[in-house]
Formats: sequence, C-alpha cells, structure tokens
Amino acid sequence: MKKKQPVIKALALFTIWFLYVPLLGVAVCSFNSAKDGFIWKGFTLQWYVKLFSNDWILTCAWNTLVLALVSTAIATVMGTVLAYGMNRFPWGRKTNSFLNMILNIPIVIPDIIMAGALVVVFSLMRIFSDIFRMGMIDMIIGHVTFQLAFVALVVRSRLTLIGSDVEEAARDLFADNWYLMRKVMIPLMMPGIVAGAMLAFTLSLDDFVISFFLAGPDSQTLPLYIYAAVRRGVTPQIHALSTLVVFVTVLLVIGIERLSKKNEVSLTE
Amino acid sequence: MKDNRILWRGELTTRRTLYKRGFGYLSSGFLWLMIFLLVPSILFIAVSFATRGEWGDLVWKFTWENYQRFFGFGYFGWAPDTLLIMLRSIIVGFVTTLISVIFSYPLSFFIASRPPRSRYFWLTVVIIPFWTNMVIRTYAWFYLLDPALPLAKLAAFFGIIPEGMPLYPNEFAVYLGMVSVFLPFVTLPLYSSVEKLDWSLVEAAQDLYSSRIRVFMQAILPQTIPGLGVGIILTFVPAMATFVVPDLLGGAKYMLIGNLIQQQFDSSRDWPYGAAVSMGLMVLTMISLQIYTRGGKEIEIL
Amino acid sequence: MKTENKKNLIIQDVEKSFDSVHVLKKVNQVINSGEFFTLLGPSGCGKTTLLRIIAGLEIPTSGKIILGNEDITPLPASKRQINMVFQSYALFPHLTIYENVAFGLRSRKINPDEIKRRVENGLEMLVLGEMRDRLPSQLSGGQKQRVALARALVNEPDILLLDEPMSALDAKLRAQVQEDLRNLQRKLGTTFILVTHDQNEALVCSDRIAVMDNGHIVQCGSPEEVYDYPCSKYVAEFLGAANMITAKRAEGGVDTEFGFFYLDRMPDWNEGLITIRPEWIKISETKPERNGLYATVDDSVYRGTNFDLLLSPGNLRVRTSSYKHFQPGDKIWLELTASDLVALGE
Repeated sequence: MKKKQPVIKALALFTIWFLYVPLLGVAVCSFNSAKDGFIWKGFTLQWYVKLFSNDWILTCAWNTLVLALVSTAIATVMGTVLAYGMNRFPWGRKTNSFLNMILNIPIVIPDIIMAGALVVVFSLMRIFSDIFRMGMIDMIIGHVTFQLAFVALVVRSRLTLIGSDVEEAARDLFADNWYLMRKVMIPLMMPGIVAGAMLAFTLSLDDFVISFFLAGPDSQTLPLYIYAAVRRGVTPQIHALSTLVVFVTVLLVIGIERLSKKNEVSLTE
Repeated sequence: MKDNRILWRGELTTRRTLYKRGFGYLSSGFLWLMIFLLVPSILFIAVSFATRGEWGDLVWKFTWENYQRFFGFGYFGWAPDTLLIMLRSIIVGFVTTLISVIFSYPLSFFIASRPPRSRYFWLTVVIIPFWTNMVIRTYAWFYLLDPALPLAKLAAFFGIIPEGMPLYPNEFAVYLGMVSVFLPFVTLPLYSSVEKLDWSLVEAAQDLYSSRIRVFMQAILPQTIPGLGVGIILTFVPAMATFVVPDLLGGAKYMLIGNLIQQQFDSSRDWPYGAAVSMGLMVLTMISLQIYTRGGKEIEIL
Repeated sequence: MKTENKKNLIIQDVEKSFDSVHVLKKVNQVINSGEFFTLLGPSGCGKTTLLRIIAGLEIPTSGKIILGNEDITPLPASKRQINMVFQSYALFPHLTIYENVAFGLRSRKINPDEIKRRVENGLEMLVLGEMRDRLPSQLSGGQKQRVALARALVNEPDILLLDEPMSALDAKLRAQVQEDLRNLQRKLGTTFILVTHDQNEALVCSDRIAVMDNGHIVQCGSPEEVYDYPCSKYVAEFLGAANMITAKRAEGGVDTEFGFFYLDRMPDWNEGLITIRPEWIKISETKPERNGLYATVDDSVYRGTNFDLLLSPGNLRVRTSSYKHFQPGDKIWLELTASDLVALGE
C-alpha cells in the first residue's frame, strides 16, 4: 500500500478505540477509590485486595481454572486421536465428508442450542446416575464436546502438512508402528497439538452460555459470577475483577503467541 | 498370488487391519460426539414435540402445540410474537455483521499497511478483545452509557431519553454492545485475506476507475471474499443467537431469540417450547450456511 | 565398512498394475552383488515403481524379489536389509543430523557404543561432521543429500536404493556429486541401484545400465555397450544424440538413400535403421575410400568444448572439435566408418 490514507487510518484507530474504551473505563474505575467511579477520588488498590479475601470469588476462579484444565486435557487427547484417525487412514470420499460434517457441527451450531440439548440429555441421564446433576461434570462434558472439534481440526490441518514420505523413510529404517508413532509422528504433530490445546483452553475460559446452562450451585465460574453480580448492581470490586481477568487474558494471548512462535518446526522445504 | 495385502505409507498390512485400527482411533471421539452431540440433538428435536407439564416438568406426550405457538397460533388468535423475535434477531445479526464489516475493512487495511514488525503488535491489539470474556466486554458499556457521562447527556439533550437516565437498556445500547463484541470476529479472518491482497490490481483499477467505490468493488472486494466469507459466517449466526448482550443491554422487554430460549430453560420452565424455538434457530442457521456454501465456499474455518 | 555377503538380487517375473494402469510388465533382471546398477528411463516408464517394489514400499501384482537365497517379496520394508535415499530425501525435520543418521540404528535397538561408532564413521565419510547438531531446515540441498546417504549407509544394507537423488541439485553440483557417488560405491562395495532419467548420470556412475521403456527393460549392459551398441532406436536416442538412417540390407553392408555403406556387423533384418553417434562421423578433406558422404553444412551449434554441425542430406549431426570452423553452405566430405555404424534391432 503506497498511498497514505489518513481517512483509513482515522477509521481504523477509531475502531480500535471503540473496542477498548469500555474496557478502559472499567479499568479506570477499578483503581478509583470513589465508589461510583465517576469522580476521581484517588488511586487505590483496595478493590483488588478485597477480591482476594472474597472466598466465593476465589472459588469461582478456581472452578474456572479446573474446568478449563480438565476439559482441555480430555479434549486434546481425544481430538488428536480423532484427527489422526481421520487423516492417516484410507477412508473413501464419502466417509471423509461424513466425518468432516460431524466435526463441523459443534463449531457451527449456536452455543445456546447445544446448551439446551445438553440440559435435556443430562436431565435424562440423571435418572440413572447422580453424577449428571448440574455441576462440574456436566460442564466439563459440555466444554469437551465443542473443544474436541476445534482440537481435531487444528491437529488435522497440521497432519496434512506431514507427507507420507517421512513415514516411508521411517519404515525403510526399520521402524515398527509404535516406534514410528512415538519418535516421528507425535513429535511432528506436537505444534498442532499444542496449538489445539491452547485454543481449547482459551475457549473454555471464555465460555459463558454452556457453563450458564449447566452449572450447579457449587460450580460457578468467573464469567457466571460476573454476570450475576452486574445484574444486581455494578461495584468497583467487579470492575477490579474484570480488569484482572482482562489482564490475565492479555498475558495468555501474548504467552500463547510467544509459545507458538517457538514451536515452529518447519515442515516445508 | 491372490492376497489382500496392501502397502499403506510404508506399512505392509491388510485393508481390514487398517480399517480396524482406523476405527479404533476414531472411536473415542466419534463415540463422544454421538453421545453428547447427536443423541442430545435428536432428543432435543423429540422434546420439541413434547408437552409441558403443569409444574414445568416434561411430559412425553406428542403435540404440535409448541410449533403452533412458534408460528403464532396461540389461544387468542394469531400473535406472531416469536416470529417477530426471530425477525428482530435476524435484523440485529445482519446489522451487526454489516457494521462490523464496514469498520473491519479500514482496520484491516491499516494493519496491512504497517511495517511487518508492528503488524504483529496491531493484530495482538485486536486479538485481546477477541479473547476477552463477552460478559465483561458487554457490561463495560454500563459505565460509558451512565447518565454521568457525555454520551447519555448528549442523548438527553436531544430528548431521546429522559434526563438522568442511563443510555441503556435499549436497542441502541444492544447494537453498541453487539458490534463491540463481534467486530473482531470479522476483522481477523478478513485481515488474513487483506494481507494477501495483490495491490497491483488495485492500482490498475485506480487508473481505470475514478470512483473509489468502483475501485473497491472491482479490485478489492473480490480478492477479500474468502476471509470476508469466513468472518461473516462466524459473526452472523452467533450474533443472531446471543443472549448475553441483549440481556444486559436490552433489558427485560428487548428479546432476541437467544433470550427467548434461555427464558424457557429458566423462569418459564418450558423445555418443549424452548426446544421448538431452538429448532427454529437451527433452521435459520442451516439456511445461512446454505447461502454461504452456495456461494461456493467450503466451510473451512480453521 | 562392508560385509562379506555376496547377495545377488533377482527380480523375477515382476508385474505391477495400479487400478487399470499396467506399469510394470514381466520384468526379469539379475543385479549382481557389489555393482552399481542404474535403471534409466523417462518418467512413467516404471523405474521408480520397480525401485519401490525392491524397497518394500509397493507390492508387485505378481512376481518375486529374491535377495541372495531368500524370497523377500512377503517381507515389509522394515524387515528388509535394503535402505533407500528418497527423491525428497525425507529427512526427519524435527531431528538433528546426528539423530537422523542414527535413526535406523536406534530403531533396531543396537548397542549405543556401536551406534556412536557407526554414526561418527558415516558423518565423517560424507563430510558432515560439522553439521551434526543442525536441523535439516538449516542445510543446503547437497548437504541434505549427503545426510540421506549417511542415514541409509550406516545400516550396512545389502543394497542401497537411490531414487533420482540429484534431481534437486543444480547442474554443476550434480556433476561433482555423480563422481563422488561413483567413488563412494567403489569404496564401500555395496550394491547400489540408482533410478534416473538423466543419461549422463547413468553413464558416469554405473557398472551396468538397464534402459526401461513402458514397463519393460529394453536393454541392459555396461555403459559402453548401451551407448556404443544400442539395440533399438529408443535406446540409441535416449542415451544421447544419434543419427538415424533408414537402410536396406545388401551384400556386405546396407543400401541407403545416400548410397551404399559397408558394415562390420550385419543386421538380421532386410529393412531397418542404422545409427552412428555424432562424435564418430569423421570429416575428411578428400573423398574417403569407403562409406563417404558429401554433405552441406546447414548450421553449426557451438557447445563450448566442440561444435555440432547440422548437415543435409539426412539431417545429420556431426560433432567436431572447436578449432575447425564451418560456415553454413560449406560442402564437406564425411566418413561413416563401417566399424562405427550400428544396425538397430526391430
């Protein structure tokens, strides 16, 4: 682009400002010692401190983390295995498009429909076992269901870059199935697996709707807490919590980008 | 020597062994999706034909009532409330997507025009709100629309709202929230197309056409269609189906289809009706996807 | 580095079809232990398929591969004492050069000291010592090829297969590598089977060349045999430029449109082709005693080391050293000596 377009630059910057200004407002409030946040009464960290003594918030944060970690672990393993199964076997064209379609469903379906369907299914399963009461297990299952598809797609796109001649070379060099998998395929898939896992993790942390429908009284997550709290009335504490969450998000995003850069094993000549 | 051995990627084996092993790999993921996706979906469809018991429980008695209600045929004649809500959702989705697209183009051009090093920075700047929780991004508007701040004061000045009232809950606030939530969904895929733009074609068009709009339509738009397509499909359907934004910024009276569904699973305790409305949303989703794929694109989001 | 096994490779009645495409048609060939054997032919002639069948990466539709005394046809690639250098080299991108070379040894759980010894040996032999800790992405094409070679050779295979290993290299490097490869094979004594479409490569490296066409081995012999005495037009033209002259059998020689020529080796046909290489046609000051032909220069092509003259009649090509300069229109006498003319088979 050679010509400098001031109009475009202005629009772009305005858009970015538009995206950030609400968050900045919240951040400013969180450091304001005034309770209603509109008049600046001085810098303070008291709202943040209060957060850490609030057991309920800490529990919610913990729940959010556990939920994300457990569901990511399960989804990453299953998604990777699924991706391998889809890509590395001589399925016919029809089977392939069928599998593709199934994999795309969790991604395309509005999350509220999936949530509703899961509520119904769990209520039925509850008849057989109490494990399926509203709570962590339900939420983990719900998260894994959509994470699975994302992980599988990411790992599969990585797999397509790994040509079959590397496999043939390994065989020519006396590798058996297990050695091939362990020493060649998994290491080569790893950047995809890691990328898929990070995607799944972030999706879980961010999820609201599915958690909302499936959470039980003792498995509230941070997004649910914030939602319930702001409906009652916004307090500086909430602002502090939100700012903290945004800060953690920033760290995560930057951390993920750094990690993915390091993991780049070039597969192309 | 008629045998059924095959050579697959250097491995000497039979088709059967391969299929068995392949099924093994597919089984866990497939089974999971069967149990927790397909079966619930089928069940959900079945529920949409069931009846609501007196105390909000589920009665397995077949009825068309839910769908009748959906299309507005209730006790008191034709009251297409739900259809209107659907229409409103479509409009909101459409407008949100449109505004997001309009502002995503300058943003994408801007980022693409940066030197390669700082592009990464600007992309991160866009990615951060993208990954920030929707609830936070939505309620953050409470602050800006508060009566103590200029926006609300301006609206009061023009008589749009009474003095001293915040600029929410109302439709305008919903649109503000929706665009701020969904804009990055369009920008990021669009950017990946804009980055690969062949600017020589644009320059050639600038020589040919005096009108900026024609240059855009002829040289820029066609090249960005892949990314634009992905952005639209990632935005339109979720925007239609959101309930957080209209709930927080639109108030109890402003309902989109997501709110309606959520209500059936919450206060109204009417699962069958909720399922029927969900089916309506599902049909809308399918239609949107059809329109998208008719345009020749495969759904390859990742 | 080589063992004392003297295993010959016997390709017996091998056929291969892919769906309805008949790629290899009843190939029979013996490849002797310790020789540098080349499969030469254009793309699609089946040479790579045959190589992959020997490696164990394809199953023949029928036929056998016998190594030494053992029928190895039912064996998978991972059980054959045969290693391959792939056209793309197929180096493991996530492993260092050292680890790449050690791969085939580690996969068989060979004693770590032995592995170290062999890998070091291999790296040294192929001049890769400095690059042992680098990744394949950091190497040049020529270096990658050497790694692929080392990776295969440290396993001390009975046979080393090479699938068009020079195709990714530039011309100058190619010439050097061809000679290096030849020397390496002579030093090691391992049987090498090379697949290529480049006739120069085949001529430089090989002990024997098998020229392939459409799934058959058309002629097999030493480079001199195949070059000097091609059995068909196809082989003659594939190995290099060749002048083709239609001829009818006559007493002591053949009759052609340019006159009668004596032949040292009489053909067994009545009508057919005779050929002579451009570099064997002599240019004579005066009319030669026998087998002379008076021709006009149409054009001359400078080739650095020599000129190619294109002459009429007969669209003849003559290769001559550069100190003689000829202009289009010059009329000269050519001698096609009886010993250099070759009658081609049917």
